[in-house]
Amino acid sequence: MDNSTVIELKHITKRFGSKVVANRDVSMDVKRGEILSVLGENGCGKTTLMNMIAGIYYPDEGQIFINGEEVQIHSPGDAFRYKIGMIHQHFKLIDVFSAAENVVLGITDEKYDLNEAKQRITAMAEKYGFHIDCDKKIHEMSVSEKQTVEIVKVLYRGADILILDEPTAVLTPQEIRKLFDVLRAMRSDGKSILIITHKLNEVMEISDRVAVLRKGEHIATVKTSETSESQLTEMMVGEKVELNIDRPLPVDPKTRLEIKGLTVTDITGIKVLDNINFEAKSGEILGIAGIAGSGQRELLEAITGLQKISEGTVTYYHPKKNKPVSFYHKSFKRVSELAAEGAFHTKDGAPVSFEGKSAKEIRDLVDEGEIIFNEDEVIDLRGKSPREIRELGIHLSFVPEDRLGMGLVGNMDIVDNMMLRSYKRGHSITLDRKSPSDLADKIIRELQVATPGSHTSVRKLSGGNVQKVLVGREIAAAPTVLMAAYPVRGLDINSSYMIYNLLTDQKKNGVAVIFVGEDLDVLLALCDRIMVVNGGKVTGTVDARTAKKDEIGLLMTKTEAEGEKA
Amino acid sequence: MVTFVVSAVSLAIVFLYGCLGETLMEKAGHLNLGIPGIMCLGTAGGCLGIALYQGMLSDPSKPSWILLILFSIFFSVIFSSFGGSIYALLTVSLRCNQNITGLALTTFGSGLTQLIMDKYVDRSYFDAAGKVISRGFVNNSDAPGILKALLSYGFFVYFGIVLALAATFVLNRTRVGLHLRSIGENPATADAAGINVTLYKYLTIIVGSSIAGLGGLFYTMDYLKGSWENASTIEAFGWMAIALVIFTLWKPNVSILGSIVFGGFYIAAFVLNGSSTQKELLKLLPYVITVVVLIFTSIVKKKGSQAPAALGLSYFREER
Repeated sequence: MDNSTVIELKHITKRFGSKVVANRDVSMDVKRGEILSVLGENGCGKTTLMNMIAGIYYPDEGQIFINGEEVQIHSPGDAFRYKIGMIHQHFKLIDVFSAAENVVLGITDEKYDLNEAKQRITAMAEKYGFHIDCDKKIHEMSVSEKQTVEIVKVLYRGADILILDEPTAVLTPQEIRKLFDVLRAMRSDGKSILIITHKLNEVMEISDRVAVLRKGEHIATVKTSETSESQLTEMMVGEKVELNIDRPLPVDPKTRLEIKGLTVTDITGIKVLDNINFEAKSGEILGIAGIAGSGQRELLEAITGLQKISEGTVTYYHPKKNKPVSFYHKSFKRVSELAAEGAFHTKDGAPVSFEGKSAKEIRDLVDEGEIIFNEDEVIDLRGKSPREIRELGIHLSFVPEDRLGMGLVGNMDIVDNMMLRSYKRGHSITLDRKSPSDLADKIIRELQVATPGSHTSVRKLSGGNVQKVLVGREIAAAPTVLMAAYPVRGLDINSSYMIYNLLTDQKKNGVAVIFVGEDLDVLLALCDRIMVVNGGKVTGTVDARTAKKDEIGLLMTKTEAEGEKA
Repeated sequence: MVTFVVSAVSLAIVFLYGCLGETLMEKAGHLNLGIPGIMCLGTAGGCLGIALYQGMLSDPSKPSWILLILFSIFFSVIFSSFGGSIYALLTVSLRCNQNITGLALTTFGSGLTQLIMDKYVDRSYFDAAGKVISRGFVNNSDAPGILKALLSYGFFVYFGIVLALAATFVLNRTRVGLHLRSIGENPATADAAGINVTLYKYLTIIVGSSIAGLGGLFYTMDYLKGSWENASTIEAFGWMAIALVIFTLWKPNVSILGSIVFGGFYIAAFVLNGSSTQKELLKLLPYVITVVVLIFTSIVKKKGSQAPAALGLSYFREER
């Protein structure tokens, strides 16, 4: 078989905006009849690079050669002309159409004949060894079947170069094996296949060569047979970079959150979190590392009451030791029960007994602050509403892919966004605008938010400033547990450091901080402990002061391949 | 009984045209509440065409059948397309809210029609035109009932049924139909597949409006045989046609039967000897049934019998 070069990339650079460089000077090649894995961490630019080949993006600099000729790929249509097809992570299919209808959708240069199309699809299925039911509607299909339809769509249009963006992320191990068989069959037919992935065992299993990207740059392309998982991990994560982040030792850590056997199932019945156990302690930053979509989001949402918990417990130790009892979040009955259990003492240190006291007397005692907790109050967060959980001091500042998606309302100004958290506190029929306005000014001043004023719409601020507003608001509420997910995503280095310092300040104040991050260097420099999640499971917890970068990298990427192969 | 069927079927055709036009537009993702107004406009256009044609004749009381049909359809289509183009421009290109645009178009269309019909259309020979247009294949009153029930209608009845069957064929059996449906379901996917979403939407809205407009024309010239009171009845029938789209689950071939059911209820109100309350209740029935159908399909949640997924949503191509 001739293994000439089909795609050659030369010095490709792609920028988003003026600061973010997604790909820098990438040069690599793809050969006929090979499976090339494109490996890298989140945000290393692998999807961007592939999108440039598929015509979704257009490179700012550099050239693309197809079969030795320089080409300009401006649209997916152009890509098809060069026989390139991409299968995206999010399928572009019409739910109520059959497989065959979806495959022929948009083709105009041949006669519209579904029966003939079906025959061609079936012939293709036989050739490459997959199964497809042409008449089945997409909405009746499993994810794997939908993926097959996407692959057929690309093949039907005559693609010789297939790009698959994390094709295995949504598949079961059995389905993955089937997919790999199909890919191998296509390879022997002379097709070139590019797979974007970060699962090392799959890279080793399927690919002929591996191209490793790190932070937008092409590190190396190596033959799979001549490399090892640990060597690939090293290339992927790179040398440890020393970051100058202040990290004091935790002072008097006490357990604030205790998660036991936490399992969350999504609507399709798949376990997105599987038997998670950990503790978050006061005065400590717990880092959570993992490939995006490993369950980080669901974990935080489960704690804050936004996700339904299937199994397990989330226990919160409310820092109430030696503090007075109130009826806040507790019924009269509950207080009486706790008193009977001997959970309280009086101001003078004497044990509390409600026996012989009327309800009114007890209420007065509690309201006057005479009844004091012996220990931290233990609260089961399961079944509490998100608002109740917030008011207990558990705060989440979540920075999703689009920063405005969760937490802030883009069209409202900074003051109004502050009010989203405080509007319930008012006691008058009109809104209290004074204190949110003061808070907005304080955040703008202290976090140096670049904005014309506190009445500027949040959507007009730059990404970093939006994040400062978001994190600032959560910190201002004096939380006892602060969860920050990707708080520095897309920020420049100075803003990032400001956020790190904010989190460290909170830690010094005795807050239990949970930090979900992407950059391993940051996690290693900022956190006290790092918990690694992978496919909804905790694969390990390491001490951030002593852990090695590739150790975490392996925990993040290695799947329990042996155990799952049923 | 035969009289009842004949009246029911005749009236049904008014709903059928409106429903067909609306179905096509909804299949392309556009909920057009301007249908009542467009049906009025179609009436005005068609009547204007007929008046123009009759004005050219030396004896306006003896018009030619074929020329009447051609003139009325041609002008009706021009007027309805005008209404449809306004709607398309606002909702497709300018991405205005479809419901508000449609409602405004309905008010505009019925008002304009009232004006045109009262001031600018010479209706003096409409009786003659109505007689010619509504002429059926079987006209003698002593023909067998079955023949009368099937063949005693004018051209527009058969034309409507043929259009409905053709629409089903186009939607389900041709590439144009496939593309059209894909736009109503998921315009982003259609766009990614290289389909010209904007062009398809414009054409569908214009064709759909033209078909709907014929319903109003049919009502005035065939069903009422050329008499005109005001636009409000046609407007009311327009709303009925929109309800019928849901009732027929967005299927043009089903709409033939559905419209006859609706027509039947409406006619029954006049035929039955009941109190006025009962009659009004009977006229309400089509809407009640539509609500029941809507509830039923929502509960069953069978894909494929649901409204197009992108119905009522403006399509923005995602910025890259």
